[in-house]
Amino acid sequence: MTPPPPIGLLAELTHRCPLRCPYCSNPLALAAADGELTTADWARVFRQAAELGVLQLHLSGGEPAARRDLVELVSHAAGAGLYTNLITSGMMLDAGRLAALAEAGLDHVQLSVQDSEPGSADRIAGFPGGHARKLAFAGLVTQAGLPFTLNAVVHRQNLDHLGEIVALALQLGAKRLEVAHVQYYGWALLNRDHLLPTRDQLDRATVMVEQARSEHRGVLSIDYVVPDYYATEPKACMGGWGRQVMVVNPTGKVLPCHAAESLPGMVFESVLDRDLASIWTSSEAFEMYRGTGWMRGPCQGCVNAERDWGGCRCQAFALTGDATATDPACRLSRDHSLLDVAVQRAAAPAGDFIYRERARVKTSVL
Amino acid sequence: MVPQFARGHRLREDKARGRWVILAPERVFEPDDIATEVLLLVDGVRTFDEIVDALAAKFAAPRDAIAADVTVMLADLRERQVLAG
Repeated sequence: MTPPPPIGLLAELTHRCPLRCPYCSNPLALAAADGELTTADWARVFRQAAELGVLQLHLSGGEPAARRDLVELVSHAAGAGLYTNLITSGMMLDAGRLAALAEAGLDHVQLSVQDSEPGSADRIAGFPGGHARKLAFAGLVTQAGLPFTLNAVVHRQNLDHLGEIVALALQLGAKRLEVAHVQYYGWALLNRDHLLPTRDQLDRATVMVEQARSEHRGVLSIDYVVPDYYATEPKACMGGWGRQVMVVNPTGKVLPCHAAESLPGMVFESVLDRDLASIWTSSEAFEMYRGTGWMRGPCQGCVNAERDWGGCRCQAFALTGDATATDPACRLSRDHSLLDVAVQRAAAPAGDFIYRERARVKTSVL
Repeated sequence: MVPQFARGHRLREDKARGRWVILAPERVFEPDDIATEVLLLVDGVRTFDEIVDALAAKFAAPRDAIAADVTVMLADLRERQVLAG
């Protein structure tokens, strides 16, 4: 049976980025600039994606603006009919280049901030002066008339500033605020003890979000979900493996989710060897956890199996060492208690952040 | 009144799935057939009255009823920030 086509394509144009966030969603082994796809490769990928049925393209990284051909890439994507969303740190775009992006057909900008105030934000991002540049960039985005979403990744070290982050989103003129809890694999797993929020923090944040939502209805919409380590039901990660989204990494590998390379023994095919449609419909990697056939108990036969699709494979592997296990975020998982253990251990962290950087020696965390 | 899409929102045919969709920041709305007929006329040039006239002619339906339906629909999409103004 042919699976329905994906709605979204996440294009990780590059792993290069001036920031060093300790929860970066890029893999520990970062791709080098000389291994990145060419402009023509990406143009072909965008055309194939649109033909396959992709509607929205998320241009991400690293920092996508580290690609000198970003304007050209947006132009190819818009030409293919894709809705283009630029996911950026805002650190490498001036007014001229932003205007060129808008002219090329860019639809939306998602700008990340690391906190509400510069001292903390710059420390978390590992880049002095970064926060101020982001605020200046937000001004350019609104001047260009582009709609934008402010994205804040939250964790123990900034969750208490959520009220100020909401205020910042309003002040900057964002229409949407995406409050995303850190997800713990890759870099974030290395830094988990420094990042996991406490239950109290989380409860206060949840109340705060509910108040802000009703107070700013129609002006600012807020995306927020309870993080896995305090959840009792897993989330349908990426809307289910191979169901809604595909990811193309900087070197052209096609992944069911941006963290899938953390899973052992997987072979990911490349857009340099095969077209997107055949990779989506029949590659081993996409078939492996698609649907429910791969599931074991308690997922198999569970009434929620086709709602949460077993949760996140990367989280299951990171916590249990078994990529076919039920996501421990589920209260029915026999490994559910691992989350409590992690929360307790994080109460007394040692040392400081391990910042994202190239060619780090892999560190054992479990 | 000239209805128009808010920046970052547009109507597009989704051929792969045989439907029309509104593409929006991080979201996709699926208008039903009637809403699609209305939104296809929202081009930032036609006035509300012109849109209603066009629909009344196309569907040979009473103008008042159409005007009432379109008013409700546009208000809903404005509240969801899909339409501007």
